[in-house]
Amino acid sequence: MKKGKANGKSTVNHEPAMKLRLYVAGQTPKSLAALSNLQRICAEHLNGVYDLEVIDLIKNPQLAAGDQILAIPTLVRNLPHPIRKIIGDLSNVDRVLVGLDLRGNSREAQSPVSPPPERQIGAKP
Amino acid sequence: MPKRAKPAEARIPLNGEPHGSSLPKAPTGIKGLDEISGGGLPRARTTIVCGGPGCGKTMLGMEFLVRGAREFDEPGVLVAFEETPQDMARNVTSLGFDLQDLVDRRKLFLDYVYIEPSEIQETGDYDLEGLFIRLKHAVDTVGAKRICLDTLEALFSGFSSEGVLRAELRRLFRWLKDQNLTTVITAEKGENTLTRHGLEEYVSDCVILLDHRVRDQISTRRLRIVKYRGTSHGADEYPFLIDTNGISVLPVTSLEMQHKVSTERVSTGIPDLDEMLGGKGFYRGSSILISGTAGSGKTTMGVSFVDAACRRGERCLFVGFEESANQVSRNMASIGLNLDQWVEKGLLFHEAWRPTQYGIEMHLLRIHKLVDTLKPQHVVIDPITNLMTGSAQKEVYSMLMRLMDHLKGQEITAIFTSLTVSDDHVEQTDIGISSLTDTWLLCRDLELNGERNRCIYVLKSRGMAHSNQVREFVMGRDGIRLVPPYIGSGQVLTGSSRRAQEAKEMADALVRSQEIEQRQTALERRRSALEAQIKVLKMDFAAEELELERIIHQEQSREKLLELERDAMNRIRLGESEQAIRLAAAKSAGDAKQ
Repeated sequence: MKKGKANGKSTVNHEPAMKLRLYVAGQTPKSLAALSNLQRICAEHLNGVYDLEVIDLIKNPQLAAGDQILAIPTLVRNLPHPIRKIIGDLSNVDRVLVGLDLRGNSREAQSPVSPPPERQIGAKP
Repeated sequence: MPKRAKPAEARIPLNGEPHGSSLPKAPTGIKGLDEISGGGLPRARTTIVCGGPGCGKTMLGMEFLVRGAREFDEPGVLVAFEETPQDMARNVTSLGFDLQDLVDRRKLFLDYVYIEPSEIQETGDYDLEGLFIRLKHAVDTVGAKRICLDTLEALFSGFSSEGVLRAELRRLFRWLKDQNLTTVITAEKGENTLTRHGLEEYVSDCVILLDHRVRDQISTRRLRIVKYRGTSHGADEYPFLIDTNGISVLPVTSLEMQHKVSTERVSTGIPDLDEMLGGKGFYRGSSILISGTAGSGKTTMGVSFVDAACRRGERCLFVGFEESANQVSRNMASIGLNLDQWVEKGLLFHEAWRPTQYGIEMHLLRIHKLVDTLKPQHVVIDPITNLMTGSAQKEVYSMLMRLMDHLKGQEITAIFTSLTVSDDHVEQTDIGISSLTDTWLLCRDLELNGERNRCIYVLKSRGMAHSNQVREFVMGRDGIRLVPPYIGSGQVLTGSSRRAQEAKEMADALVRSQEIEQRQTALERRRSALEAQIKVLKMDFAAEELELERIIHQEQSREKLLELERDAMNRIRLGESEQAIRLAAAKSAGDAKQ
């Protein structure tokens, strides 16, 4: 994750859909937990349609100011607007979903893996 | 009263005091603050600056950084939690701080930390490592020695977990210390605590409390060092202000009383008054108080002095609280003092503003500023009593003390006029100030016989022989002139009553001199008579003396003859010849005759 790889694949070529950035500081337990939690949530709720960038502030401290990062780890949803920030190790899935505006369907669709009909990202092949 | 004020000064440590140097300090460069804190803020430690809204916390932090970067070559980091750097830069442009320039020169790093609670969702365990990373990045970028966090407490609104926050704050303060950063943290004042979120419990090196009070519609800012571990500091509240040159804290007075003193004398501008002051006038660099009732000529006295000084080519500052500069010029022209010419020549600086315009500290500072920039040799402040309309007398007193001190320290002659209310207690009202002044002139109106005349006397004048007379003075076309004193029957007479008295005196004197003449003639006569008598007596005596001498002579001759005969008798008895006896007798007789 140091290289800030794009983990997800943007399957939709014309629209960026959900754009996420995860800020971490080195390989701390919290950071690792956040990353694995995020990956799981994304897999479950985003159907793989997202763009994730992991930024290690230890490597690139100057990037912290841009997204106003204070807490580590912080997950920033740059798109769709408005910007949302989710701090913590993302262990509270409910709250993460609220933070990502995925809450509406998450209640019933938490256990069964289901394609989330999202506002913008709704229609997926 | 002034005696009591002195221990307070003594508490303030001197810059070079030995125990002040035990703790390394980072000078703030803020006028006055370094003085009362004994050299600045604790180096490599954290100082909390707390106070209510608008009290100048941010300004203090900012100036600490800017001056550090500009004057002490210590780059700084400003972390703003409340304002964007653009706003901040704009705010301080009016103070002559060019933040952008410092940023460009890598002397200053501005970071804006924006916290919008509504954007943030907490989903588990977190820490504020991001803040640390940003701070470190900022510090490393410019090699900062100083940092200001304004206002760190904004964090409390952004994060709900106070436990995490407090742990992180503790870590932050430790980190700042480890980084050897001299830190200023601003914090809002709480209800019963110094800071709303109790930051002071983490930082215990230095706490500065700022205060902004409004009384009688005039605001005053005050600064107090609540705590300064390991150093003695001024514990009082010190007024400070923020103006175009940033913050100025005003310590009560400079610490030592070691003014240079001059023995040079300067004319008062009134030759007769000079005469009253040992013939030479005031000492250069002394403080002079001219008090008197309304219209007793105080301002004119001050202006006369200024005029004389300008005539000598010396620079003067005239600060008026009653009349505008133009008005004073016009009025003084009526007694032949042309002030405009000195203003044009750049010798006289005439400033006038309303006493209610500012709080007392602002007055003081403005005068300080004028003195520092214009560098006058003499300052006249007219009148100081007007300052009391805006402030308590005690504050005015302490302000004047500071001002006098400041002026004395620079060998500037200072004239203060003071308006006294009642004739009876003229001396009372000025008691506080008078002890600070070296020379105290009192102008007085004497009302008598339906007229009011102006009098002046020297109440005190340190270090010179001065007249004890109450002198009447008149203001004419050629300035102030003192009238020769008339002190008859134990009272000063002035105006027409003085003239009447003088005429009466003259008549009396004439009568008296005629009397004396008569007596002299009589005496002369008596003397002649006496001398005649003496002559007669002397002649009598001489005649008597002559007579007595004659009798004595006769007696002596007879004695001689008798002796001769006795001698001849003896010789005959011894058988000497008749012849020899006769010869001897004849010889001795011839001797006797001679």
